[in-house]
Amino acid sequence: MSEGKDDTLTKIVVISSDSVLPIDAAMRIYQSDTNIEIKETCFGTMVTGPRDAVNRVVREVVDLDRNHIFVKERGFLPGDERRCRSSRGGGPRPGFHYLRHEVQMLPTIGKALDAYDRKAPLKETGPKKKLDVDKLEDMIKSQL
Amino acid sequence: MVKVIIYPTNSLILSDMVERFGHKPIAMMEKIKEKISTVSVDSPPLNITPEEPKMGLKYAAVEVPAGVRGRMAIVGPMIEEAQAGIIVNESPMAFGCMGCARTNELTKYLIRQREIPILEVDYPREGNDEEAKEFVYKIAEFLKSLPKDEEEDKA
Repeated sequence: MSEGKDDTLTKIVVISSDSVLPIDAAMRIYQSDTNIEIKETCFGTMVTGPRDAVNRVVREVVDLDRNHIFVKERGFLPGDERRCRSSRGGGPRPGFHYLRHEVQMLPTIGKALDAYDRKAPLKETGPKKKLDVDKLEDMIKSQL
Repeated sequence: MVKVIIYPTNSLILSDMVERFGHKPIAMMEKIKEKISTVSVDSPPLNITPEEPKMGLKYAAVEVPAGVRGRMAIVGPMIEEAQAGIIVNESPMAFGCMGCARTNELTKYLIRQREIPILEVDYPREGNDEEAKEFVYKIAEFLKSLPKDEEEDKA
C-alpha cells in the first residue's frame, strides 16, 4: 500500500565479536557520507535510512567480522512512540526479550559459523533427553 | 534466490542466516513495517485494526480467538508467499509478538501443509557448542541446496 512512497529501512546490527566493538561499527557508519541515522544500543546499533544506503553501510559493517555480526530488519523506526520506552513508562520494549535471548546465543552461533567456514567435521550428538523423574525426585529430596 | 519463511518469525539468527546464504527471509519485522507505515494505521500503541481478525478468517474459524485470527492476518500471507521454510522447534523464548501458542501451532501446521522444501531443527541449548554447530550446519546445507538465481516457480 505504502510501497514506493516511503522506502526507508531500519536494520538492527547486533555485534557479538571479540575484535569489533559496537563503537567501531558506529564509527564506520558515521564515516559513511550517506543520509542515514543511527542509534547506538547496548547490543549494537540500529541504522535507519534509504534502503540502498542502509544495505550498503550494513554490508560494510558486517564485513568487519562477518561471522560475529548479525543483522535483522526492524519494523518500527528507532524512537517510535509505539515501542520506545520513553513514551511507554519504562521497562523493556516489546520484542526485547526475544532479542536478548538470541543475543546470548550469538557467541556459540558465531563459533559454529567459523567452524562451518573451516569445514570442521560435525560430531554426532545424541538425542536430547528429558530429566529422569527419579533423578528429579532425588534432587528435590536432597534440598530438604 | 528463494523466499524462505522462518519460524520463529522474528528470529534474528534465522533472518541473518537466510540472508547470509543468499536468500530472502520472510520475517515478521518486514510485514510489521508495511503495517505501521500505512496511513490508515496510526493509533499508537495499536497496530492491528478491526479488519485483521476478519482477514484471519481465511486461516482460522470464527470460534478461534480474535488474537489468533489477528496474528494469522499477518502470518498467513507470509506462509502463502514462501517458497521454502525453516522451522525451529523447542524455542524456549517464544514470546513477544510470538507469544501465542495456538498461533504458533497453526503457523507450523500451515507451513508443513505447503508443498515446499522445509527444514525442521531444534533450537540449540545455550552454551552447547555441538548443538549450535549442528543447528548452523543443517540450516547452511539446506539453504545452499535451494536454487540461487532463478525464482522457484510453484504453481
